[in-house]
Amino acid sequence: MSTAGTARTAPGPGRVPGALWPYLLIAPTVLGTAYLLAYPLVRNLVISFQTYGMGELIRGGAPFAGLANYREILADPVFWEVVRRTFWWTAVNVVLIMVLATLVALMLQQLGRRTRLLVMSGLVLAWASPVIATTTVFQWLFSSRLGVVNWLLVRLGFDSYENYSWFADGSATFAVLVLLVVWQSVPFAAITLHAALLTVPAELYESARLDGAGAARIFRSVTLPVLRPLFALVLCLEVIWVFRCFAQIWAISKGGPGDATTTLPVYAYRIAQSLHRYDLGAAASTLTVLLLVGVLVVYFRQMFRQEGEL
Amino acid sequence: MSAAPRSASRRARIRRLPLHAAALLVFVLSVFPVYWMVLTAFKPTRDIQAETPLFLPVSVTLDHFTTAVGADGFWLFWRNSLVITASSVLLALIVALGAAFAVARLRWKGRRGFILMVFIAQVAPWEALLIPMYVIARDTGMLDRLSMLTLIYFMITLPFTIVTLRGFLTAIPVELEEAAQVDGCTRAAAFRRVTLPLLAPGLLATSLFGFITAWNEFAFANMLIIKNQDDRTLPVWLSSFSNVFGTDWGATMAASTLFALPVLVLFLVLQGRVAAGMTSGAVKG
Repeated sequence: MSTAGTARTAPGPGRVPGALWPYLLIAPTVLGTAYLLAYPLVRNLVISFQTYGMGELIRGGAPFAGLANYREILADPVFWEVVRRTFWWTAVNVVLIMVLATLVALMLQQLGRRTRLLVMSGLVLAWASPVIATTTVFQWLFSSRLGVVNWLLVRLGFDSYENYSWFADGSATFAVLVLLVVWQSVPFAAITLHAALLTVPAELYESARLDGAGAARIFRSVTLPVLRPLFALVLCLEVIWVFRCFAQIWAISKGGPGDATTTLPVYAYRIAQSLHRYDLGAAASTLTVLLLVGVLVVYFRQMFRQEGEL
Repeated sequence: MSAAPRSASRRARIRRLPLHAAALLVFVLSVFPVYWMVLTAFKPTRDIQAETPLFLPVSVTLDHFTTAVGADGFWLFWRNSLVITASSVLLALIVALGAAFAVARLRWKGRRGFILMVFIAQVAPWEALLIPMYVIARDTGMLDRLSMLTLIYFMITLPFTIVTLRGFLTAIPVELEEAAQVDGCTRAAAFRRVTLPLLAPGLLATSLFGFITAWNEFAFANMLIIKNQDDRTLPVWLSSFSNVFGTDWGATMAASTLFALPVLVLFLVLQGRVAAGMTSGAVKG
């Protein structure tokens, strides 16, 4: 009966007929989504089929170019290297995030109330800190002179890190960016997974232990099945977020040194902004969206299974 | 007789040692960058340049904050960020409240489709929309305008706001509203007088997340504000700190601290409020 009561649409204020009321309420959302989300997506697609450079941006009247942009970009070996790097970037980050977050969540479950609260507040602090602020802090931590990371590494006996410039070398910059993104992402994933673990009834563990199951067996047969749906959801979200990641990379390295940290979003931005080839950038963006849609389909299937009803 | 349990508890404590070591490690790793930021901001320059870093505040100075605040346009960027963030969050809250009400309380044709649209919008690939947004802004004369950024941030935060508010609304029993209607309230008045106060913690929580998202946003602010440098926002300004402060890490960290401060303060204040609002009031009884 609780929801049946809502079926009766009482007349709203003014002279609006009751049946029209819901549509008035959602109209701003629909209009906003249409103009600020759907239209840019369509526009992106259109530009990717046009010749759109600096001149067209100023004068307008971009000519239709067919598949020329896609042909150009798909024939470019740099593009394929960027795609490979993007997948590698996503895989490294997401695996590290998920493994560490799961371990932290399991650890939180084992802790006493007070220690757990302490660790949780540390995680929330890291999670709440603005991305660009912590990105700047990481540049300071890894600074070649006076950076605390180099100091620590030298103290631990790695003398080659004396005044080592992390941001001059491609793989070192890549590694710092991975550390940064993992550090920023683990708290959310760990707290969410921990919340999922709390839904496991204690009796389930109890009876498993009485049946003589060891810790590994309990994890596999009790914890994992409960964790799996939310784990998949968090996994999908992390894949999307890491794949799309732009601000951290741009702020630290602008995709450099050379091309070493250029992932797809950075690549699209670079060709649009520095070469003024908006058409090529749009084509790269469209391909990025297409790749993401694959992940999104999995995400939505998982979410609707979770939500049950729409 | 008491020796056996005591040694057992000691054994348990030793067995839990790796666990507590891991907990300490996680805590230190998650807190250290933020701690280091604040510590550096308060350290005198000679301590920052010490060969062996000082891990505790020995002497404290406000010089770096003076430098950061005195930097060209700092207050302007701070104000820009605040105005854009506040107005986009407010706009999103108002629009989302209507949509969430329609979804949670009313039955209508197209409801499922609308919810699906909101869910899809929630994971929109914003980073892939930089170029068309730039072109659209240029075509409509919205380039270098703070209002364009406000609109974009509104749209970025809107879907999430709708989804969360709908969750909060569903948790408030509709019977409360119906009782008010029986007592002679109109439906709108019943919503305003009964549901809205109960929704306050939900509104606070969602505005907190919206605030963080908009306050942090970098990519669009970086792309759409080009010529008019006075209209930049804090994240963009901070990302170019080396142009402003060079290698003055004290001032850079002071600027970062001032940038992070509103979010952290808001988090602390609202978290307590949200929790307090949840446990008190008519939701419980």
